[in-house]
Amino acid sequence: MIRFENVGLRYGMGPEVLRDVSFHLPERSFQFLSGPSGTGKTTLLRLLFMSLKPTRGLINIFGKDRSRITREDLPLMRRRIGIVFQDFRLLDHLTTYENVALPLRVRGREETSYRGDVIELLKWVGLGDRMHVLPPVLSGGEKQRAAIARALVEQPSILLADEPTGNVDPQLARRLLRLLIELNRMGTAVVIATHDIGLMDQVDARRMVLSGGRLHIYD
Amino acid sequence: MTNISQPRQQAIHLKERIQAGVKRQAARRLAQRQTPIVPPDNVAGRAMVLVIAIMTFLSCLTLGAVTLVRDTAATWQTQIAREATIQIKPAEGLDMQKALTDARAVAAGYSGVDSAEIVDARATARLLEPWLGPGLDMDELPVPRLIIVGIDPVDRPDFAAMRAELAEKVPGAVLDDHRTWVDRLVAMARSTVSIGMSVLVLMLSATALTVIFATRGAMAGNGHVIEVLHFVGAEAPFIARQFRRHFMLAGCRGAAAGGMAAIIVFILFSWWSSHNIATPQGDQAAALFGNFSIGISGYVGVGLAVLLIGMLTATTSHVTVITFLRRIET
Repeated sequence: MIRFENVGLRYGMGPEVLRDVSFHLPERSFQFLSGPSGTGKTTLLRLLFMSLKPTRGLINIFGKDRSRITREDLPLMRRRIGIVFQDFRLLDHLTTYENVALPLRVRGREETSYRGDVIELLKWVGLGDRMHVLPPVLSGGEKQRAAIARALVEQPSILLADEPTGNVDPQLARRLLRLLIELNRMGTAVVIATHDIGLMDQVDARRMVLSGGRLHIYD
Repeated sequence: MTNISQPRQQAIHLKERIQAGVKRQAARRLAQRQTPIVPPDNVAGRAMVLVIAIMTFLSCLTLGAVTLVRDTAATWQTQIAREATIQIKPAEGLDMQKALTDARAVAAGYSGVDSAEIVDARATARLLEPWLGPGLDMDELPVPRLIIVGIDPVDRPDFAAMRAELAEKVPGAVLDDHRTWVDRLVAMARSTVSIGMSVLVLMLSATALTVIFATRGAMAGNGHVIEVLHFVGAEAPFIARQFRRHFMLAGCRGAAAGGMAAIIVFILFSWWSSHNIATPQGDQAAALFGNFSIGISGYVGVGLAVLLIGMLTATTSHVTVITFLRRIET
């Protein structure tokens, strides 16, 4: 589904943040992306999300060469990738329901055509009774679940989650992890960027560890 | 059988169409009730509307003032160019009445002359009254007499020929076509209008720049919204459209408030001048500025300024969104 071959990336004239990164993300796979802070986890996620271009190497996403994907094609390609940001990035003036429905709204779909699906999704992530609440009123865990729901609303092929348990207590972290495992069982590939060893120990999954700009994979 | 069921089928079909229409309408209403994607105005947004209102007010005042000066200058020129004067100085052996009648006949014989009126002795005495006092006996003083010649400003008479004929037929008659005055006034009016236009251009440039910077300032607080929309798969034209519409409405709101305030000022001045028509200060103001009415062109100009400012805010927000999206991509 996604393949990296000898990918390198540097910001401006600085040193290479990522060096010779090669891996393959198959469909329906589940993996952790780990490593100390500042080793390039978020950068690698941004490359997967196509918001950055590599300075060298090849990236093949959904059968297309990244270097040949035009700016106009990006929004359509991104609809197949769900992303959960570390800082949630919910819009404070929209309700939880409107935030989750946003990807469908921006596609120009009629509200009546997706209302039922969004409500069902909100119930699935445990926010059925919080759908008309504005994000500033939500707790950290609720925001995280709303962000996950927004990433899933278009039924993406792959979900990228940047430190999804970084702002929640261990109990809620386990609950969120179960949610992501369930999602994976339903057919979505999942990449979780985290440096929480305890979280990784709970699942027997592939670990991709970044260190010194290089990627080591432990299957 | 078929004839009986056909109207019923038509009724069912009509009912279905009405129900579908009601559903569509309901869906549209539901969509309208959604919170707008662009957040409501924050402090920077409200400041932008206020700045736009103030700058539009000043621009419209300048525009109105220039319109007023231009119209008044044109009126001055036309009024002075409508008249010429023939002056006959008394001399020994000159029959003044005959000279006046001859001179009037000469003037009236030219095409482009609408009228030629002799200023009679009583009127002349009234003219001199402020300097020489009442009860002036015209026969005691060698007072020159005047003929006021009314002129068609479009088809002006041949003054050189008239002057030559007057010199020949009425010695002592001097034709004054006010050319010197008209030339000076035209030069003054032109320079006044030019200065006004320059001030207007400067004012509009300052308004345009202020609108651009205020819009960019208000847009700066929306970076996270653009980013989120971009990351959830919104296409650039969709994002740009949302912001363009929001900022065009905000810009038009501010510009309309400023334009309306300027129109109110002009209406108040116009009302004041019309209520002071017969008073010395009113006459003085009317002599200088006309009746303070900016006319249709002034109001159209204000409307145009409102539209232009709305378009300018929309364009600025559009360019800012596109630039921001390009920056995210790289």
